[in-house]
Amino acid sequence: MYTQALNARDTEAGAVEDADRVAAFQARVDAEEKIEPNDWMPEGYRKTLVRQISQHAHSEIVGMLPEGNWISRAPTLKRKAALLAKVQDEGGHGLYLYSAAETLGVSREELTEQLLSGKAKYSSIFNYPTLTWADIGAIGWLVDGAAIMNQIPLCRCSFGPYSRAMIRVCKEESFHQRQGYELLLEMVRSSKEQKEMVQDALNRWWWPSLMMFGPSDTDSKHSAQSMAWKIKRFTNDELRQKFIDATVPQAHYLGLTIPDDKLAFNEESGHWEFGEIDWDEFMRVVAGNGPCNRERLAARNKAHADGAWVREAALAYSQKRADRREAARHAAE
Amino acid sequence: MTEKTTPLWEVFIRSRTGMAHRHCGSVHAGDAEMALQAARDVYTRRGEGLSIWVVPSAEIIASDPAQKDEMFEPTASKIYRHPTFYEIPEEVGNM
Repeated sequence: MYTQALNARDTEAGAVEDADRVAAFQARVDAEEKIEPNDWMPEGYRKTLVRQISQHAHSEIVGMLPEGNWISRAPTLKRKAALLAKVQDEGGHGLYLYSAAETLGVSREELTEQLLSGKAKYSSIFNYPTLTWADIGAIGWLVDGAAIMNQIPLCRCSFGPYSRAMIRVCKEESFHQRQGYELLLEMVRSSKEQKEMVQDALNRWWWPSLMMFGPSDTDSKHSAQSMAWKIKRFTNDELRQKFIDATVPQAHYLGLTIPDDKLAFNEESGHWEFGEIDWDEFMRVVAGNGPCNRERLAARNKAHADGAWVREAALAYSQKRADRREAARHAAE
Repeated sequence: MTEKTTPLWEVFIRSRTGMAHRHCGSVHAGDAEMALQAARDVYTRRGEGLSIWVVPSAEIIASDPAQKDEMFEPTASKIYRHPTFYEIPEEVGNM
């Protein structure tokens, strides 16, 4: 899914670590061996992964909110079933990822706390609102499309549990993108008004989708270490270009106009050239001041607080049953 | 943290192809029954499995990766355990 955390890294890496161990570790990574949770690893590698995987997980969880907004208003039973399944998948993807992060020695409770307190980040894209039904299609097509571009190389990430979780996620993600595109196709074919609604959704989601790949390579200071550790396989700009090249023809097939007057195909390079991304907007949203940042965090906090009695009751029930088993054993002795 | 932590379980699934149960991740749950239900919801949404095992994560005893040389070296030197160690004339045919 959503991997902007790839662009940040803990900086205290390798300060006091044994140079031989670090070299042996790097040799294993260079040989494309997978690193497993109990293996020795540099502290910076561990911290980078904990943050990246957990932010990826948080993005899946928060990502349920903008789409969940439309479940009760889906236009047909088919679309409602698809949207429910998709949102359930996002929840599942969050859990695969939390499970991978926990192998690095951090607890689920800590990770949840970091999300709820606002300490941890999640993908900036989920701080935009879903205003019309076309937004649901646009999210599947663009947001999941961008996520897939990011996640396919993560299947080859050097950390075993992350790579295995990504393989599962990628297998499931393709349905997300296809249902979104199909939904939009149906809309653009039905009426002028619906086609306009789709164009409006594209206008609003296009640029934030491009921002999902993170800052430009010239401004992304931490890429090199993540690339050396084989956590990251392509740079932000490489992935963004791949996404644009794949997506522009799909927009044209829908009969839509990409909201970028600089967009032009370069025959020589075979790539689509595009205009300047509004990095001020990106920084504003990442800093917590996007259209829905506060609403998203409030919704997660409310869900967590409202579910407290369920967690308590489940544990109380387990305790009661364990006590009864214990009492029965004593009685039998 | 005021709340008690919910125990962690490792999840193993036997796929429909008749393979052995294979580790696929973990879930948090209060007891074994809830762990099984959570594992079903999280790891088998598309008919991936016909059978699930859940094991309390704390109960798993793992070998130490730092000792993998001592642990597994003895098998590396015993090449006579492999069929190719033995020479059979070609005339004998496949064996």
